[in-house]
Amino acid sequence: MNDALFIHRIHFAFTITYHYIFPQLTMGLAPLIVALKTLGLRTQDPVYGNAARFWTKIFGINFVAGVVTGIPMEFQFGTNWSRFSQLTGGVIAQPLAMEGVFSFFLESAFLGMFLFGEKRLGRVGHWWAAFLVFLGSWLSGFFIVAADAWMQHPVAYNRLPDGSFEVTSLWGVLANRWALIQYAHTMSGAVITGAFAMSALGAFYLLNNRHAAYGRVFLRTGVIAGIIATAFQIFPSGDMHGRYMAHHQPVTTAAMEALFQSQTGAPIVILGQPDIERRRIDNPIVVNNALSFLIYGTTRAEVKGLDQFPQQDWPTNIPLLYFAYHVMAGLGTLFAAVMIVSALLLWRGALFRTSWMLWVLMLAFPFPYIANTAGWLTAEIGRQPWLVYGLLRTQDGFSSNVSAANGLFTLLGFMGLYGLLSILLLFLFQREIERGPEGPPGDEDYVPVTVSGGEA
Amino acid sequence: METIWFVLVVLMLIGYVVLDGFDLGAGALHLVAARTGDQRRMVLQAIGPVWDGNEVWLLAAGGTLFYAFPLLYASSFSGFYLALNIVLWLLVFRAIGIEFRMHLANSVWRAFFDGAFSLASLLLIVFFGAALGNVMRGVPLGPDHYFFVPLWTDFRPGSHPGILDWYTVLCAVATLVAVSVHGALYLILKTEGALNARLRAIVKLLWPALVLFSGVALWASVLVHPQLLDNYRAGPAGWIIPALAAAGLGGIFHFTRTGRERNAFLSSCLYIVAVLSGAAFALYPDLLPSSGDPANSITIRNAAAGGLSLSAGLYWWVAGMLVAIGYFVLVYTMFKGKVRASHA
Repeated sequence: MNDALFIHRIHFAFTITYHYIFPQLTMGLAPLIVALKTLGLRTQDPVYGNAARFWTKIFGINFVAGVVTGIPMEFQFGTNWSRFSQLTGGVIAQPLAMEGVFSFFLESAFLGMFLFGEKRLGRVGHWWAAFLVFLGSWLSGFFIVAADAWMQHPVAYNRLPDGSFEVTSLWGVLANRWALIQYAHTMSGAVITGAFAMSALGAFYLLNNRHAAYGRVFLRTGVIAGIIATAFQIFPSGDMHGRYMAHHQPVTTAAMEALFQSQTGAPIVILGQPDIERRRIDNPIVVNNALSFLIYGTTRAEVKGLDQFPQQDWPTNIPLLYFAYHVMAGLGTLFAAVMIVSALLLWRGALFRTSWMLWVLMLAFPFPYIANTAGWLTAEIGRQPWLVYGLLRTQDGFSSNVSAANGLFTLLGFMGLYGLLSILLLFLFQREIERGPEGPPGDEDYVPVTVSGGEA
Repeated sequence: METIWFVLVVLMLIGYVVLDGFDLGAGALHLVAARTGDQRRMVLQAIGPVWDGNEVWLLAAGGTLFYAFPLLYASSFSGFYLALNIVLWLLVFRAIGIEFRMHLANSVWRAFFDGAFSLASLLLIVFFGAALGNVMRGVPLGPDHYFFVPLWTDFRPGSHPGILDWYTVLCAVATLVAVSVHGALYLILKTEGALNARLRAIVKLLWPALVLFSGVALWASVLVHPQLLDNYRAGPAGWIIPALAAAGLGGIFHFTRTGRERNAFLSSCLYIVAVLSGAAFALYPDLLPSSGDPANSITIRNAAAGGLSLSAGLYWWVAGMLVAIGYFVLVYTMFKGKVRASHA
C-alpha cells in the first residue's frame, strides 16, 4: 500500500468521524427542541419552556464543536485530496458551496438569536429562530449527503477531455435518487441519536431522583421520537437503501454480507467472522433465503457473490466493511426493540417507575453514535476502491504533492487538538447536566444580545 | 464566464476580510486594549453576535472557489498544506476561546480563553497576510500546475521560496497593522469610556505605521513581481484603485480626529476593499502566478470548471447571496448601537 495514500485516507477518516459525532446530535436535537418549544407555546406549561432552554444550552455547546471540527472538512478536499478536487470540483463543490451560501449563513444569523435572544425576541419570535436553525442544520445535511451520493452513484455529469467532470443538470445532482434515500436514512439516524440522548438524560434524572418533572418530559419526548425514528430507520429507509445499493453496487452488497459465492436463496449472516483467504464465514449463524427475499422479494432469487466480480473491484477492506455493516444493522434492530418496550411501558403509564428500563435507556446513550459511525463506515468503505463509483479510483485522487510525513504531522496535530477538545466538552456537558434545567442561572459573562436597548 | 466568477470569488474574499477582519483585529487587540474583565466582556459582546456569520464568508468563498476554479483550490490548498492546516487549528482555538468562555465563570479559565482568542486571532491575521504575499509573489508551480512550499527556506523570495520570506513576512506585518486598525475602529464604534479612549490612542499610534507599511509593501510587491504593474500600465482606469486606498487612509485619520466613528470605520473598509481589489486587478487573469515559467501559472482559463457547471451555479449563487446579505442586514440592525459597560 502506498504510504502517503494510506495516511491521507486515515487523515480524512479520522477528522470526518470525529466531526460527525457533533452534527448527528445537532440535527437530532433541533427538531426535538422545536417540538418542546411548540408544546410550551400550546400548553403554557413552563416545564416545556425550561426543558427547551436546557437542551438549547447543550445544543449550543455541541453546535460550536460541530462548527470548529467542520471547517477543516471544507478544506481537506483540497489539502489532502487535490487530484480528486481538481477533477470533480465542477460537480461536488456545487452542493458544498450551496451549503455555505444557503445553510451556513442561515444558521449563523439565527444561532445567536436562538441561543441568547429568547427574552428579546419573545416566545413566538424565538420559536422561529429555533425553527430556522433546525432548517439550516437539516439543509446542511442534505447538501453534504448530495455530494457524497454523487460519489456513490454519479449522475447528471459530463466528462471533459482533461478527465474532469461538469454537471449537466444541477437538479439531477440534487434529486439523485441515491441522495434522497441516503438523506432519509441519515436524518432518521440523527434523530435516533437525539432521542436516545434525551431519554438517557431523563432516565438519569429519574434514577437520581432529581429534576423529576423534567426527567419525565425528556423521557416522553425521547421515547416518542425514538420509536418513530427507529422504525423509519429500518423501514422504509434502511430497506430502500439496502435494495438500491444491491442494484447499483452489487459487489459492495456481496462484501457487506460476505457472500463469496453467488447463490439462489442466498442467506443472511447474523453472526460470524469472514475469512477472506478461505472464502468462508467462521462461527456462522445464518437465516437461509433471507438475503434473496430482502433484495428481490422472493426467496428463490439469485444474489451475485464476490466470485462474480474481478478482485481489483472488491472493496479494499472486506472484514471492516462486514463488521461495520453488521454493527450498524444489529444495533439498529436493538434500538427498535428498546424503543418498542419503552413505548409500551410509557403507554401503560409504567415507564417512569420501571427502573430496569430506565437503566437500559440510560446506558443505551452511546450506542446510536456507534451505529451512525458504523453506517458511514459501511457507505464509505463499501464504495472502495473508488472515490467516484466506477469512474475514479481512490489511489488516483490524493494529494501526491503532500508527503506521507507532512500528512502524518497534521494528522497527529488534529488528534491532539481533538483530544483536548473532547476533554473540554465532557467537562462543559457535565457542568450543564449537574446544574440541570432548574439549577441556578448560568455563569454567562457576556450575553451577546445585551446591546443598548435590549435586555438579556 | 470565467471573469464573472473571478469577480464573484474576489468579492466574497473581500467580504470575508472586511467583515471577519474587524473581529480578528478586535481579537488581536483584545489583551492589549481591554484590561479589565468588564472591558473584555465588552469586546466579546461587540463581536459575539456577528463573528460566526463573518467567518462563514471564508467557508462560502472557499466552497465557491472549489466549485468555480477546482484546479486553483486543489493546487493551492495542497501546496500551502502546512500553513493551511495551522490556520485550521487556529480557527478551532479561536472559536473555543470565544464560545466556551461564557460557560465557565472562573477567572483562570477566563484568562485562558481570552489568551486563546487573542493569540489565535493575531496569528490568523499573520498567516492570512503571508498568504496574500505568497499569491502576489507567485509560487514554484510545476508543469502540472502543482507545487509544495515548506513553511520557510532561506527567507528569500527566490526560486525556492518558503511560505515565509522577507517579502511575505512584510505583507503579514502590514496586514496585522491594517487589520488591527480595522478592528480598533469597529470597537470604537461599539464601545464607550476608558476602552474607547484607549482604542483611539491605539489607532493614533498605528496610523503612521499603516501608511508606512502600505507604501513599503507596495514597493516590495513591484520589486518582487514586476509584472504586477502590467494591468495598470494598460490603461489609466486602474489608477483609481490606489487613489481610493489613499482616500481610505486619509479618511481614517480625519474622521478619527473629528470623532466621527462610523465614517472612520467605513474609511477603513474602503481602504481594505481598495487594497484587495488592487491586488486582484494586478493579478488578473492569473489566479496564482508561477515564480518560474509563466506558462505554469494558474489562470482563470486553465483553472475554471466546465462551462455547464459555471453557468448552472450563477442562478443559485445570486439568489443565495442576496438572501445571505438580507440576514446580515437583519443581524447588524438588531445588534446596532454601543454595548453597555456592565450588566444593567
